Amino acid sequence: MANPILVLAEHLRGSLTEVTFEMLGAARALAQSTGAPVQALLVGSGVEPLAAQLGAADSVLLVDRPDLANPSSEQVSLAAEQAAGKTGAGLIFVAGTNVSTGIGTLLAARAKLPLVNFCREIKVADGRPTFVSQLFGGKVFAEVRMAGDRGVVSLYPGAFRAEAGRADKAAPVERCDLQAPPAKVRFRRFVEPETGDVDITRQDVLVAVGRGIQSQDNLALAEELAQVLKGAVCASRPVIDQGWLPLSRQVGKSGMSVKPRLYIALGISGAPEHWEGMQSSRLIIAFNTDPKAPIFDGSQYGVCGDLLDYVPALTEKLKARSS
Amino acid sequence: MNIVVLLKMVPDTVEELNVGADGRSLDAEFLRYKLGDPDEHAIEQALLLKEKHGGTVTLVALDAPEVDDVLFTALAKGADRAIKLTGAESPPGTPVLAQAVAACVRGVWNPLPADTLILCGSYAIDDLEGELAPWLATAFEIPLAMVVAGVQIEDGGRKAVVTREFFGGLRGEFELDLPAILGIQSAEKPPRYVPIAKVRAAMKSARIDSQAAELPEPPAGLELGRMAKPEAAGHAQMLEGDPDKVADQIIEVLAQQSLI
Amino acid sequence: MDPVQISLLGVPGRAVLWALAIAAFGVFGWRIYQLVGLLRQGRFENRFDRLGWRVGHFLRNVLLQPRIFNERSIGLPHFLIFWGFVLYAGCFNWGLIRGLLPFVPIPYPDEVPVVRLFLELFAVLVLAGLGVALARRLFFPPKYLHLSFDANLILFLIAVLMLSNLFGSAFTQVAEGSPATGWAPFGSLLAAALSGVSKGAAHSLAIAMWWLHMIVVLGFLVYLPYSKHLHLLASPFNVFFNNPELPADLTLPGAPAEISAGASRWQELTWKQLFGGFSCAECGRCDRSCPAAAAGFPLQPQQIIQKVKQHLLATTIDQPRSAAGSPAPSLIGDVFTEGEIWACTTCMACMNCCAVWNEQVPLIVTLRRHLVSQGQVERTVQDMLANLTRYGNSFGKSDRMRAKWVQSGGLKIKDARKEPVEYLWFVGDYASFDPRLEEITRKTARVFQAASLDFGLLFEGERNAGNDVRRVGEEGLFELLRDRNLQTLAKARFQKIVTTDPHTYNTLKHEYRVDGRPLEVVHYTELLDQLIRDGRLPLKPRSNGPVTYHDPCYLGRYNRIYDPPRRVLAALGLELREMPRHRDTSYCCGAGGGRIWMEDTADVKERPAENRIREAAALEGVRTFVVACPKDIAMFRDAVKTTGQEGRIAVQDIAELVWDAVENAMTPAKGATA
Ligand SMILES: Cc1cc2nc3c(=O)[nH]c(=O)nc-3n(C[C@H](O)[C@H](O)[C@H](O)COP(=O)(O)OP(=O)(O)OC[C@H]3O[C@@H](n4cnc5c(N)ncnc54)[C@H](O)[C@@H]3O)c2cc1C
Ligand code: SF4
Ligand code: SF4
Repeated sequence: MANPILVLAEHLRGSLTEVTFEMLGAARALAQSTGAPVQALLVGSGVEPLAAQLGAADSVLLVDRPDLANPSSEQVSLAAEQAAGKTGAGLIFVAGTNVSTGIGTLLAARAKLPLVNFCREIKVADGRPTFVSQLFGGKVFAEVRMAGDRGVVSLYPGAFRAEAGRADKAAPVERCDLQAPPAKVRFRRFVEPETGDVDITRQDVLVAVGRGIQSQDNLALAEELAQVLKGAVCASRPVIDQGWLPLSRQVGKSGMSVKPRLYIALGISGAPEHWEGMQSSRLIIAFNTDPKAPIFDGSQYGVCGDLLDYVPALTEKLKARSS
Repeated sequence: MNIVVLLKMVPDTVEELNVGADGRSLDAEFLRYKLGDPDEHAIEQALLLKEKHGGTVTLVALDAPEVDDVLFTALAKGADRAIKLTGAESPPGTPVLAQAVAACVRGVWNPLPADTLILCGSYAIDDLEGELAPWLATAFEIPLAMVVAGVQIEDGGRKAVVTREFFGGLRGEFELDLPAILGIQSAEKPPRYVPIAKVRAAMKSARIDSQAAELPEPPAGLELGRMAKPEAAGHAQMLEGDPDKVADQIIEVLAQQSLI
Repeated sequence: MDPVQISLLGVPGRAVLWALAIAAFGVFGWRIYQLVGLLRQGRFENRFDRLGWRVGHFLRNVLLQPRIFNERSIGLPHFLIFWGFVLYAGCFNWGLIRGLLPFVPIPYPDEVPVVRLFLELFAVLVLAGLGVALARRLFFPPKYLHLSFDANLILFLIAVLMLSNLFGSAFTQVAEGSPATGWAPFGSLLAAALSGVSKGAAHSLAIAMWWLHMIVVLGFLVYLPYSKHLHLLASPFNVFFNNPELPADLTLPGAPAEISAGASRWQELTWKQLFGGFSCAECGRCDRSCPAAAAGFPLQPQQIIQKVKQHLLATTIDQPRSAAGSPAPSLIGDVFTEGEIWACTTCMACMNCCAVWNEQVPLIVTLRRHLVSQGQVERTVQDMLANLTRYGNSFGKSDRMRAKWVQSGGLKIKDARKEPVEYLWFVGDYASFDPRLEEITRKTARVFQAASLDFGLLFEGERNAGNDVRRVGEEGLFELLRDRNLQTLAKARFQKIVTTDPHTYNTLKHEYRVDGRPLEVVHYTELLDQLIRDGRLPLKPRSNGPVTYHDPCYLGRYNRIYDPPRRVLAALGLELREMPRHRDTSYCCGAGGGRIWMEDTADVKERPAENRIREAAALEGVRTFVVACPKDIAMFRDAVKTTGQEGRIAVQDIAELVWDAVENAMTPAKGATA
């Protein structure tokens, strides 16, 4: 049996984040071919209740101490190092998110472990994993292997399926302690997103409307879709010109540049001036009645049809799914 | 304050990136280098801090094509000194880079003055072996904060209070004792524009210190295999069917990418 | 009768006249001395060259005032008032010399019959003109005319001058008992009406009229340089010192570093830029022609000129005592807002209509240069400038993509860097990179090929020519781009340059020099016109219009190329219906001067391009809006959408129309192809 895979669970403000389940899913898939056990490590203060959701792991290591509320990257990496040392973990999975960035590298630097960043895929051949890393903003993929059995892997958020990391059962929990000097980085407070009109440059999901929306009344369709996706509505210039949305929601050359994880373009033709503002979106899905609309040339997915037919169905299904 | 900005040139993704004949590196033919976006912000944040608290801004960069332009531009914007580390044949991985930079910094300041703040970009697009800042934090044993989007100096220069980006607009405030190292995601203001005339003037009046880099052997832990370009995106994959069927397919895609 | 040989309260008249003249000229001279002193504190700019051209320019535009006539209602009255002023001013000086220096052997001007006739004629014409002006002000005041006290006072004094002349003439006749004469037709009429006045009284009144006249004129002299009527004195000089290369060539004389950094204080403006305000007549022509002002942007070209003058005077010779010692307001921020400085499209409409030949565009660019030197540039423009610095194009694409349209269209075009060509086609950014324009660019190439034109490209060696960069105020980057292009051009072998982009055309033609000589550059409309006239293009038109044509600013007003595109349209058999604003009054699309890179703001009421499309849509039967500029395609196609004119009017490049007819001629059997 191979060395255990240690998954560093990520949580913020009392809940586990999506990427935790993605990592557990990836670990499970790898474990299937290597036979390694999967361990989850949960570090924080008062986080014990979260352990119950980590059932996709074979066991959960819990480091729960009052001084670990919103722990620094350094404390978490120290905890991971000690936990790995204790269980003899081989691979350690950390999240490549804003919350966790830095933890993996600290761990690798301190423990002199190899590290693979931006991992989007894990393949297994002869019982050895090959990690596919996305480099240069997705322009090139590199395949990397580790010389030994130990190392740190930073997983690209959104690259693995979270479904595979959820389980109904709970895993046994083992409490661990942490030997750590006083923290050098101290948490002070959360800063809530500014209220007032939404800042579309900070959204993960944007539903963009163009002239194909036809009337201000139809804007509600987009609003609703954005709501179920926890995103915001933005628009092309003609929609802004109509005064249906404020100027701060304009995407494009003479408006904002955005790079959300998901950009849904409803009735937008894809003029160069619009592209300029949204081309860095990670996933673009376009709805347009015109099969030749330029927006389809740069999107990953396209739906050729009337948005008035397709959007309500999508919203309904999404709603049904989340409830 | 003693502000040090570590800069790293990365391949410009506007140019076509091709994999070289060995299958393990980029084809040099069309390759051009530029400063990563977060590094641009690191320079801006350094200049903002200097304007507010005084002190000097020192730039440290590994030699690479077009790095001189970058350094002169930063000098024209208001940085005080630029050090270029020469001798690397191809861009080294983060662990090697970190040690070269650390050696250079130690060569100038040993120990680090108490009011030192080291800034660098929070990430770089070629950070296959991890980010630079945590490696240096380990090397210098100083506090680290990543994904920083704002820096205040308190206690007369003994403490930095930083704002970190989480997601969806949520941010957190952390405090660190100086000296410290910060991975900058975005400066408090967008990077300033410096007109070409000023850059040209800097090329005449300012100087870049060249030093030979101390480049250790790369650690042996990783084996780089094949590199490849993803299949060209080209045209969208069209989702066909009635609205319900299309909705199911979209939900499938969103679930796959963990967007729902 | 000598009006000076009287005694005023015991003082000889001549002595009084001397005293008054010395006082008036003294005050006048002191003010002029101060004003010139201010100008001398501005930066030097050589406007003393090409004297021959200047004299000709002066004669035509000061003496004949063709630009005054571009607004009909005021054209003739102003022309008459001007010449009346010249006549009266001349006669005043003449009379003054005669009065002051009795030994000079000349008569008084009104003793010369012809002069007297003209004085009377003008007096009546001017009075009639004033009557019209009064009626207009009272009954139909135009929106833009504000009835200042200053203006009313002047009109009143002019009336006094004219009346004193006419009555003087009449009283002289009565006093001398001379018969009615054709040399003094109105005086004679008045004299008849005043025949009841005794000779003695008439004599005194005639003399009184003379003195009244002289005193009012002397008063005028004092008043003039303190009022807006300074333009009477300054504008002829302003015309004389005009630089005909502006604004097509914004090359800075000498261009030391501090000049390329623009102006942040008035002392950093050139003397000519300061002088413009002295010359402005506040006529508002420039404001009325300005597309930025009409769109609701916070810009009024008149204010650009006026604010310089007001700021200059208010911080120096007219500074109120109380303000002494307080910090001078800064030119940008306190005097000009950034909004107004960035709103200009550099369309040249203002400069083209200003009757005193003021130079708004260079002034605005000077202010922009300062903002750029301070890094105060909005985000979108910064991005463009960064793109241009790094990639040589504003699209932020790799320079290797510049000629992608050639390969993806399966075209074979010579590389002018490798083999000699007759025409070097300088394609420009929009025509090279904008996906909407690729097909048009290819059609242009096919037209050239159909005419067996020997042409080639610089391929990835081409850089943005720098027109917009310079007008945004980034002088250093402009120089960088220009130098790179010149290096590449030096390696290419060609005879002439052709380009489709009027902005590029303008800059290559006026702002590039090789060994001190300009390049030979033609616009594609000129070339197409030539090729058609040489019979090198087979044409078989598919439609006969009607169409309308939009004169691009940088082709029309900047370079006066109005007829070649029209001849091409005629050769295509297209009926041309002109928009009301065409040729030199053409209306800007809103893209120039870097505006195409700038963010939308909430001020805009109606974008210039939308205004223009509405103008075209109002033309009977016109369904095609022909343009001769790649940026116009982007601007107007967008405006057609936003004005809801889709399907009603289509924007087409003139090269597309030519290609249509050429293709039709070359495929005889099938006729139309899809
Ligand atoms: C200098 C300049 C700056 C500009 N800046 C910007 C900018 O910052 N941002 C910006 O967005 N634009 C900008 N534009 C405008 C830009 O050129 C386009 O005109 C604009 O983006 C088009 O908006 P659109 O896609 O909503 O409209 P259209 O181009 O009209 O597209 C509408 C689309 O909706 C589709 N459609 C219609 N009905 C339906 C339906 N029922 N269901 C599904 N699809 C439907 C149509 O097929 C069409 O493709 C700028 C233009 C210029 C000249
Ligand atoms: S150049 Fe055009 S936009 Fe600029 S001030 Fe003059 S008229 Fe207005
Ligand atoms: S600048 Fe010229 S056009 Fe404008 S108000 Fe003054 S005189 Fe008239």
